[in-house]
Amino acid sequence: MPTHTYVPHAPGYVDNDGPKIVTSRFPHEDSYTLERSEATGGYDGLRAALAKKPSEVHDEVREATVLGRGGAGFPAGVKWGFMPPGKFPYYLVVNGDESEPGTYKDRLLMERDPHQLIEGCLITCYALGLAQCFLYVRGEMALAQERIAQALNDAYANGYVGKNILGTDFSVDITLTWGAGAYIVGEETALIESLEGNRGMPRLKPPYFPAAIGLYGQPTIVNNVETLANLPWLMLNGPSQYKTYGSDDSPGTRMVAVSGHLNRPGVYEIEQGVTTFRDLFYGDNFCQGIRDGHELKMFVPGGGSAPWFFPEQVDLPLEARPVGAAGSMLGSGAIMVMDETTDAVKAALRLVRFYARESCGKCTPCREGTTWEERVLQRILDGEGRPSDIDMLLDIADNISPGPYPNAAYPDEGLEAIPFPPKQTTICPLGPSSVAPITSTIRRFRHEYEAKITKRDSIPVTAAPVEGES
Amino acid sequence: MSRFSDANVATAEEIISRYPVKKSALIPLLHLSQEQNGHVTDDAMRHIAELTDTTPAEVKGTGSFYEMFKFHPVGTYMVNVCTNLSCQLLGGEELLDHAEKSLGVKAGGTTADGMFTLEDVECIAACTEAPCLQVNYRYRHRITTDEFDQMIADLRNGGLDDIPSHGTLAQIRQTIPDGMGAGIVPPEQAREEPVWLARNRADDVPGSVAGGDDGVGS
Repeated sequence: MPTHTYVPHAPGYVDNDGPKIVTSRFPHEDSYTLERSEATGGYDGLRAALAKKPSEVHDEVREATVLGRGGAGFPAGVKWGFMPPGKFPYYLVVNGDESEPGTYKDRLLMERDPHQLIEGCLITCYALGLAQCFLYVRGEMALAQERIAQALNDAYANGYVGKNILGTDFSVDITLTWGAGAYIVGEETALIESLEGNRGMPRLKPPYFPAAIGLYGQPTIVNNVETLANLPWLMLNGPSQYKTYGSDDSPGTRMVAVSGHLNRPGVYEIEQGVTTFRDLFYGDNFCQGIRDGHELKMFVPGGGSAPWFFPEQVDLPLEARPVGAAGSMLGSGAIMVMDETTDAVKAALRLVRFYARESCGKCTPCREGTTWEERVLQRILDGEGRPSDIDMLLDIADNISPGPYPNAAYPDEGLEAIPFPPKQTTICPLGPSSVAPITSTIRRFRHEYEAKITKRDSIPVTAAPVEGES
Repeated sequence: MSRFSDANVATAEEIISRYPVKKSALIPLLHLSQEQNGHVTDDAMRHIAELTDTTPAEVKGTGSFYEMFKFHPVGTYMVNVCTNLSCQLLGGEELLDHAEKSLGVKAGGTTADGMFTLEDVECIAACTEAPCLQVNYRYRHRITTDEFDQMIADLRNGGLDDIPSHGTLAQIRQTIPDGMGAGIVPPEQAREEPVWLARNRADDVPGSVAGGDDGVGS
């Protein structure tokens, strides 16, 4: 029997023979129950943490360099250190509002192993002296909400959450809360606004990040679901064991969802900085190649907001620094793979339309710009494009994100990589994210745009410029 | 009658009790009203305002930001087809086209019998299982047009066990038994350092199990 197979009750998850830190219980059909959790070491990480001083728990998280898995990749232990001392109460907000295009991991973690997440929340609250935890689940994820509600009820009944946890003087409540359909609420300050009962619009930052002024104006830690799910394992096994996986810069594993034109799209737990995109796309343990008879044209390496990569970049490891230097980001671990049949303009339009629909409207360059980008792209796709439209798109993009936009190298054209991140004229990265599909495709497939604008439909959609075209 | 029923007032008060600031319960309460009535009504928003010490305008101001809240009647079943990139690559748009023809409405429309509202939605986090959709926020993965038609037929003929009517999200609610909670922590309340933090700082002693002379723990 092969060791890498789909797990029917965890749709999309592929159980392969790599190291498992956060998905170890997924192969069990009843992985979400307290019984299974306890039978497989559940809450032992909490016990291990409670045997240490809170500051020691924080030190271990810092030493292990647990990178944030939500998008920005900031080390959790460092973020934790930004809270001003003495300004109690402190709060914990868990970001389970997974909605970046292509991202599918936090939902699995919440549906398949809610106790692991609860344990991670408790470890964080213990380490930092947090007074209350709010676990914010995306509104559309009804099953995740049910699984977490049941898990919390069971955890309360068994003394894992609430007053005097496991007989100690550590007490904290976890409040399950949920959203109602807004991508922007995945941004941490918008999440806090939403949790305060407001429209989910991001707050201006800097100067005050949530760690200084967050929920109800108090110091607040906002962490992603997957980030916290790493902590029980870390408490049990320690930072040095954690660092045996992955690379020096990016230790441990991370979950990636690889979707699109592949023989076996799936959700995989991989070693950061070790596994390459080539391993992922073509490896027998992973996606087993681009769908039969086709070749790779382009891929999005880190969610809809990431600049696109092309076949030249497949040998990069999944590690923040080299991917950033190459002009993109790993973001939320969402990789979307497109073969040569994909219309680059149409694909770009689809992502741009997403940002136009999801812009909260607070900042003018984003509110107006994303809508214009969508309209111009739509008319190009409809065969109504004007010769000036390509420059117009780049001009609108420059108003949202001034200066050179991060891009992959294009050796055939002698273009160097422009490293991540982009500049922005907006409060949050949503607007600049809408630029990624546009600049990525114009730089690489300008001929596809031009063919549509001049209605030279006979020019086929190809993986490379047609001979003789500029 | 679209104010909360007595049972739902009790549920609403329990939800409110878990937040240090009542207004934080707005989104959960809007969901609860939608669960009761199928959509969010003006009376329900007035009632939510009363329960949370806010104004009806604030309730609508918040609620209107979020796509899941419907301020007009919608179908018993909300059929949400994903057309974002991962699904588009594997037939999401074709699935939506099929759904439009099969149901006889355009995306955004409701069938004449009030059974189905069709929407094209953004990424719903099932990208490796494209094309995917949700009916009342219950997933269907890698769905074919035949499977879609079968699902619609089943819903017309008495429904499907895993799909409640529109508005109902989680069918399991969080409950904190009396005496088990640590208690909410309001921000304005001048707070001491949490005891477990203070103890460790003061004694410089790793504190695993409680006990000791402070009397906490059991």
